Amino acid sequence: MDNDSNNKEQLDEIRKQLTLANNDVREGEQAYFCDARPVVVEPYRGILERFANWARSESLWILGFGTGCGAIELRPLMTSRYDMYRFGIQPRPTPRQAGVFVIGGYASVKTMKRIVRSYEQMQGPKFVVGLGSCTINGGMYWDSYNTINRLDHYIPVDVYIAGCMPRPEALLAGFNALKAKIRAGECDGMNKYAQNFDWYKANQKQIIKHWEMPDYNW
Amino acid sequence: MKDIAMKALYTLISLFVILNYGLLLTGTMARVRAKVQGRIGQPVYQPYIDILKNNFLRTSIYHGVMFFLGPVFRLAGGLGTYLFIPVIFGSTIFSNFAFSGDLLLVMYFIFFGQLGMALGAGQSGHPYSPIGVSRGLAQMTAFELPFALAVISIASQYGTLSITGIVAAQQGGILNWVAFTNPLAMVAGMISFLGMSMDNPFSIVLAPQEIPIGPPTEMNAGFLGMLQTNRAIFNGAKLVLFMNLFFGGAGNLLVMVVKTFLLYFYVVFVGASFPRFRPDQSIRFFLGIPTLIGIAAVVLQMV
Repeated sequence: MDNDSNNKEQLDEIRKQLTLANNDVREGEQAYFCDARPVVVEPYRGILERFANWARSESLWILGFGTGCGAIELRPLMTSRYDMYRFGIQPRPTPRQAGVFVIGGYASVKTMKRIVRSYEQMQGPKFVVGLGSCTINGGMYWDSYNTINRLDHYIPVDVYIAGCMPRPEALLAGFNALKAKIRAGECDGMNKYAQNFDWYKANQKQIIKHWEMPDYNW
Repeated sequence: MKDIAMKALYTLISLFVILNYGLLLTGTMARVRAKVQGRIGQPVYQPYIDILKNNFLRTSIYHGVMFFLGPVFRLAGGLGTYLFIPVIFGSTIFSNFAFSGDLLLVMYFIFFGQLGMALGAGQSGHPYSPIGVSRGLAQMTAFELPFALAVISIASQYGTLSITGIVAAQQGGILNWVAFTNPLAMVAGMISFLGMSMDNPFSIVLAPQEIPIGPPTEMNAGFLGMLQTNRAIFNGAKLVLFMNLFFGGAGNLLVMVVKTFLLYFYVVFVGASFPRFRPDQSIRFFLGIPTLIGIAAVVLQMV
């Protein structure tokens, strides 16, 4: 009998470790949300993964979510002067369909919550481009009370484009750098996020006071 | 038995051709639109890469059984539409499963995909999906009216509901086309074709800047890949249907390509020239002059 209850306790303990608590969801709403943790998905092997990476690099769908002032530099990319479509880059209005998240400059704490939420809703492999100096070290908002300093403490970042503001040409160069990295198979932010999920979550919860959403937004 | 097997094989070939033609046509027209805006535009083969990329995604999320079935129904609608339309007049390979009452079945299949998608999009639970669906179904009901009137007019003109029969009746020169023998039906049909193609000014369903992307808001990875595949097939099927109904069908692949390209070009031309209607404007538009033209076409055939 004792053995059985011990086993049950151990099982409960393991179950607790495998699932998320979702403590900050409003009372009575926990059943609506998934409590599974993100898992590492192994890439394909050999030539198939190289082919998939080529396809991913040639079809970059940007999430149409301007998170800061830098997003103003994204718009000219659609116009005839820069024309990002010729590189296979296009905007996409919903996180479910987008593959690239461009963080446009400073990320205030309030926006950070939405950034985390949108990032987690994107389907992997997903890539993040940090646009502007603010995403690297806080830039001119370094000692602000309301913005984060290092973006990669909160979500994995693949490419940074330095500058305040970087011009659209710099953005295109950044996207081409991202393409080269994807083709080389070096952009694995999705699995990095799953592996270090607790660390990222702790960092996020440290700054976002009113969490009020599930621990992982499926 | 052997006949059916051969027919299935031919249909697969025809399906392969229309899928690739649809994808290339989508890519080409994206470039045409880019030229209108003074851009270079995406590569012609971009739709292929997009579909590959979507199917290569490592994770995918679903919201229940209907969410799975939504894109499947949509694809079934696209395939069903295509499989009953004879593509090339007099060709064994490209005649598909055409039979004597295929026109009615095709009209039903055009509606079917939308209804299936409505169920799938509804289960995704995203508020923008039902908005897109309600807009889509409302607009569809509106443009079906002139289209149905045009079809009734043609059916009574030639006394048949078979697409092959209608194409056969139009052979023997340009002046035998419905476009010339029954111009009012052609006008009503071609206006409703604009609505069916969901390009501007009737792009109220997807409305990218307004309700992010309408019904497929939650569709991701493989689901989206399936929808894109269907889009190519469905586009091809619609173009071939309208070519058969109003412009004398096609005797070989080259004629089919030229005619369907021009038909699609007409949609893009209108789309690049006009801004988007609001849903109420779009529905009022279809129920107004196009419907009157359709009624006139039917009445003229009856008297």
